[in-house]
Amino acid sequence: MADVTAPGFVPEARQETLTTADGTPLKVSLRRSQRRQRRRAFYLVAPLLFFLLITFGWPIAQMTFRSIYNPEVANYLPETSAAIANWTADEVPGEEVFAAMARDMQLGLEDRTIGRAAARINREIPGARSLVMGTARDLDEMQAPYREAFLQADEDWADLEFWRLIKRETRILTPAYYLLALDFEYNAEGEIVERPEVYQVYRLLFWRTAWMSLAITGLCIALGYPIAHLLATLPLRTSNLLMILVLLPFWTSLLVRTSAWIVLLQQEGVINDLLVWSNIVDDDGRVRMIYNQIGTIVAMTHILLPFMILPLYSVMKTIPPSYMRAARSLGATQFTAFTKVYMPLTLPGLAAGVLLVFILAIGYYITPALVGGESGIFISNLIAQNMQGTSAQLKLASALATILLVAVLVLYWAFNKLIGVDRLKFG
Amino acid sequence: MALPSYAGTGEKLWYYTYRLLCGLIFLFLIVPIIVIVPLSFNAEPYFTFTREMLALNPEGYSLRWYDALLSSEEWLRAIRNSFFIATSSAIISTALGTLAALGLSRRQMPYRTVITAVLISPMIVPLIITAAALFSFYARINLANTFFSIIMAHVVLGTPFVVITVTAALSGFDQQLIRAAQSLGANQLTTFFKVILPLLLPGVIAGALFAFITSLDEVVVVLFLAGPEQTPMTVRMFSGLREEISPTILALATILVGISILLLTSMEMLRRHSERHRGLTPG
Repeated sequence: MADVTAPGFVPEARQETLTTADGTPLKVSLRRSQRRQRRRAFYLVAPLLFFLLITFGWPIAQMTFRSIYNPEVANYLPETSAAIANWTADEVPGEEVFAAMARDMQLGLEDRTIGRAAARINREIPGARSLVMGTARDLDEMQAPYREAFLQADEDWADLEFWRLIKRETRILTPAYYLLALDFEYNAEGEIVERPEVYQVYRLLFWRTAWMSLAITGLCIALGYPIAHLLATLPLRTSNLLMILVLLPFWTSLLVRTSAWIVLLQQEGVINDLLVWSNIVDDDGRVRMIYNQIGTIVAMTHILLPFMILPLYSVMKTIPPSYMRAARSLGATQFTAFTKVYMPLTLPGLAAGVLLVFILAIGYYITPALVGGESGIFISNLIAQNMQGTSAQLKLASALATILLVAVLVLYWAFNKLIGVDRLKFG
Repeated sequence: MALPSYAGTGEKLWYYTYRLLCGLIFLFLIVPIIVIVPLSFNAEPYFTFTREMLALNPEGYSLRWYDALLSSEEWLRAIRNSFFIATSSAIISTALGTLAALGLSRRQMPYRTVITAVLISPMIVPLIITAAALFSFYARINLANTFFSIIMAHVVLGTPFVVITVTAALSGFDQQLIRAAQSLGANQLTTFFKVILPLLLPGVIAGALFAFITSLDEVVVVLFLAGPEQTPMTVRMFSGLREEISPTILALATILVGISILLLTSMEMLRRHSERHRGLTPG
């Protein structure tokens, strides 16, 4: 504001600042009111946002963290962890490491955690439990220097493999479960190598989940595109009726639809009965269509098809039919008009459908579990299996889940960039 | 898209092939749902049509599986559990989701895209991941195997549908009406209950129905979170499909299809209602 008392003040030329009735400048007042409105809008969203952050975001963050968190050895052997940090891993460690181990054992014996520590190390090196426990039992009879005393008690204490493992496992954050989730492991020298071929399952399962989801997405395009086109071009009354045939499956429980496919596809099921009845196959030659990949692909295509049809339909409805007529009148054949004019206009709907179906497909659990048998299960099924196991399996499950989650979030981000979640609609 | 009168033979042929193809795809969509209905009246313990059923002999049909379903204390409890969980979670989801949608549709909402993406994410994150994360979370605070944890989990899963449907309903909402109400002396609350809510109601109800059916159909999360006391019907159905396959499951499935038809009809009526309100008559 201009200073009225200043010499040379000319009222006519003063800079006009618009103010509200109470004298605050309009700009400030406007900004304040906008801030208030922004805050009000945010307050409406806040309850749900915080609810989701606490009961959804936080649990998932915890799970992700669990997949790399490995505190056991560092907790049970705190002094050894500190002492071994400077060890260069090419010869048997020196006295200070052995002395630290002896102190840790003493503490472990007192609060009875030494057994747990031994069990944890035993998981990586079979036989390590008896080494640790055997020496711990005789600990009171030993005295410094502990290096010689330990080596005398059991020559396995000279095993470099054992010490390398200790050094590796004292890291609180470990990539070990991610290595396992991708069929890699540490070898005796502490290098990362592929697991023996008989144990390699997870990469295969990730790969299978990806290609089967792609196959399902492809089938959904092949079946959904014509249907969406038909619905978008028919008169509204007819298309509303036919829409029921799309919406009823959409609204029907996933389990109901999966059990329907069991009824249809099993060897004593409806389709095989029909084939036998019409003499296409004889009674011994019933086709195996379920508890394998075919079962999973057919049932999941049926379940996810509405997610392809609905976004396609909503885009196709906005394309004026006159475009096609214009193309035809300019001499294009039906085919050219379709591929050059109509198809490009449907691409946003197609992209939405493809991403939606693919994102939903790669996380599927129930349907593959019920109709997939051995060969038709997805990575989700292995996550569920490992969830019911030991704490190590639980961490492996978390690692597998995190990898899947990252894949889904990347696709979701792409979906958001390309289409925008706020344009998602149902029915 | 009627066939134009100038269409040649090839075009006619293509037109009818296309129609036939679409017919087959519609059959693929609907037959699996239709087929379980007669099978649930099977007099024999099979998942397939018997000779008597195909001959339409009344002997081949019976209500024994419905009787088995509705006289089993275990199934009845499971059905009660399901409806209890679905109703409670739908109410909470609707309240939270509607509020959030009201905020999101305001012009001044900061970080709208990011927040929308976060609010919708429970729909996108694979259920097995949600189940694994929530199970560990609630187990740690000793709340796994309680109705509370299951309902909270289903609220998480149901809100995205409420947010989406109510936001869609709000996109056609005339914001002038709010200013009109306020200029006539209504305060915020009166405006909300007398002007906004009645106009928004079809969208809110649709969202509530979505949240309800999402919870009613949900299997994966309850598989991990529910103890024997809370077992809902979907979990029993899931283990039934894995172990002893009996047409009891088809009887329940038929009832569920009936519920879906009911919900679908109400959704359609809501849609027509709101279209009429906006002056768009369904054709």
